[in-house]
Amino acid sequence: MSSNIFDFATLTGSVHSWLSGMMSSGWVIFTEMVLVGLVFLLMYALIGLFLVYLERKVCAIIQNRVGPNRVGKWGLLQTIADLIKLLLKELIPIRKSDPLLFNLAPFIVIIASFLAMAALPYAKGLQAIDFNIGVFYVMAVSSLGVVGILLAGWSSNSKYSLIGAMRSGAQIVSYELSVGLSLLAIVVFSGSMQLSTIVESQANGWWIFKGHIPAIISFIVFLIASTAEINRGPFDLAEAESELTAGFHTEYSGIKFAFFFLAEYMNMFIVSALGATVFLGGWMPFHIGEWEGFNQIMDYIPSVVWFFGKTFFLILIIMWFKWTFPRLRIDQLLTLEWKYLLPISLFNIVLIAFLVLMGWHF
Amino acid sequence: MSEEIIKDVIVGENEDYIINMGPQHPSTHGVLRLEVCLKGETVKYLIPHIGYIHRGIEKMCEANTYQQIIHLTDRMDYLSAHMNNEAVCMVVEDAMQVEVPERVKYIRTILNELNRLASHQLWWCAFGMDLGALTTFFYGLRDREMILDIFEESFGSRLLHSFNTPGGLMHDVHPNFQNRIKEFISYFRKKLPEYDQLLTGNVIFQERAKGVGFMSKETAIGYGVTGPSGRGSGFSCDIRKIAPYGAYDKVQFNEILETGGDVFARYQVRMAEMRESLSILEQLVDNIPEGDFTAKMKPIIKLPAGEYFRRVETARGELAVYVVSDGNKSPYRMKFRTPNFSNLFVMNEIAAGCKIADLIAISGSLDLVIPDIDR
Repeated sequence: MSSNIFDFATLTGSVHSWLSGMMSSGWVIFTEMVLVGLVFLLMYALIGLFLVYLERKVCAIIQNRVGPNRVGKWGLLQTIADLIKLLLKELIPIRKSDPLLFNLAPFIVIIASFLAMAALPYAKGLQAIDFNIGVFYVMAVSSLGVVGILLAGWSSNSKYSLIGAMRSGAQIVSYELSVGLSLLAIVVFSGSMQLSTIVESQANGWWIFKGHIPAIISFIVFLIASTAEINRGPFDLAEAESELTAGFHTEYSGIKFAFFFLAEYMNMFIVSALGATVFLGGWMPFHIGEWEGFNQIMDYIPSVVWFFGKTFFLILIIMWFKWTFPRLRIDQLLTLEWKYLLPISLFNIVLIAFLVLMGWHF
Repeated sequence: MSEEIIKDVIVGENEDYIINMGPQHPSTHGVLRLEVCLKGETVKYLIPHIGYIHRGIEKMCEANTYQQIIHLTDRMDYLSAHMNNEAVCMVVEDAMQVEVPERVKYIRTILNELNRLASHQLWWCAFGMDLGALTTFFYGLRDREMILDIFEESFGSRLLHSFNTPGGLMHDVHPNFQNRIKEFISYFRKKLPEYDQLLTGNVIFQERAKGVGFMSKETAIGYGVTGPSGRGSGFSCDIRKIAPYGAYDKVQFNEILETGGDVFARYQVRMAEMRESLSILEQLVDNIPEGDFTAKMKPIIKLPAGEYFRRVETARGELAVYVVSDGNKSPYRMKFRTPNFSNLFVMNEIAAGCKIADLIAISGSLDLVIPDIDR
């Protein structure tokens, strides 16, 4: 069906054969790993910087402001200037902190978000590792970040940090359940945990359209729960500025703070990308049933554009949440999860299993 | 290593987890230090420590003339600068038995209400911020800007405008004064519903505000909590009604009373007071009588020996000024009864047993201005 979508596998395949012609197979694998690593590093930095800029512009628009507009055209270089400032800042050692854990924490947080990026399908044929348990893998590694947050809160010998870390632990562990269950809904629909298969299964319609109301419910649950899981407003209790100054990263400065900051934005990208892949068809273009002409036109839009378009649509929704809603209290946050979202998701799963068994979805 | 941390982080043998909120903390709106004892997320008790911005204003008054004292009162509750000025002016006018012109009374009342509006707008901004709704800050400041522009045009300063002098005003208001106020009223009437849409109607906000920080009427009276905070508990304490001054006896307005006693009730009192202030402004703005902008005063004011007392309603409650004069050009003793001092110390009563996040909501709903506490 989607035959005329450009397949990145042809590009990567030619690179592979070109490398194979030059060196032995062991070196080819090594070179490819280095290349992929470099591409991810570059992409990570670029997306992170752009997201920070985007957030500042979006919140400025919501708040009747102009936002960054001095460094570069429309302030585009503002985040790069900020990055240089953060790189040059002093790393303040904290008295009586645990130096090993204190220095380790930001790396754990950033590595967790790095690992999750590897398994995402960015376009047709553009995926570093296509696990057969892709959804599970992304869930698992992205929740590693909480270890870093807990360590940061524990090791910085600050009471505010510790409260922030405690909150964060309770919050992420709880909301992981709802995120998992809402993703499981689509796994049940598509019958696979492999992200590429899930995308392929949406060739004739995205799951949010094909899955009837249960898919929409699980999409909404996913959106709420993943916003909570990445510690963003209205669920930003772990760093609650007005309560805990900066929560778990109060004591961090310079590039270590930048790691937390960057990881937060990249986590937002990852959950949005995961949501786009699972619910909104990933890189799959928008197709309507038998309208061949319309579908043809949609196929001409490159699959990378589709993927990033959907991802940034979800990112904008998450940003919109943050700049509109007040923050929840910790008990209300846990009530929302355990009394509302979790029962709804559990019921939803049963409903979906029933739908799939009866074959009532498209 | 870790044992050291445990000893350090969990303070004392009784394992009370004590944190110091402030003097530098994003939500105390100034240099207030709250020593908060926590059990998990729950506040066991809190002790406010004050004095970080004590400037000895009352003592400084003893070395200054009455005209100079007015400039000091601006710096107490800087968001109700005009009301503070007026309180001192009225004490002096009472003592000197000067009748201020009608025009002055009207303009002072208008400025009172404008200042109250600006203060409540800023409170709304900051309260939203305290609860994590960051956009409220810019909505409120956008509208407050118009009031500050009116101030700037007439007095040349935006926040601390020592525009009152004993006997009247520094100079007459700008010719544009009335038009700009009318412009502001019609503008802000349209913008107020936005406030409700953005914050009041929000489910999360209502969850955070309703039933939190309950203060009974008895507690409010017992601690002397006045202003919108007291009226949120049903304590009728509006000086504008009890002892009208300026032109308040010539306008129709309601004293806003809520009986809820929680954060949401205090919120609603202030929101309703903004509407009430607008209606007071509407009644006054077209009826400013012609006349002098000041009564005839001697260049050196010497109050006759005796004690004088006057109180006004600022944006935060009852401000009382008590002057003891020995007949000299500066007072023998001056005492300000500032609203925030009383409003702060009720916090331990109403915040014990709530969560940290509620503590922030409560301190936001009391609308504390720290320099007013320390003076």
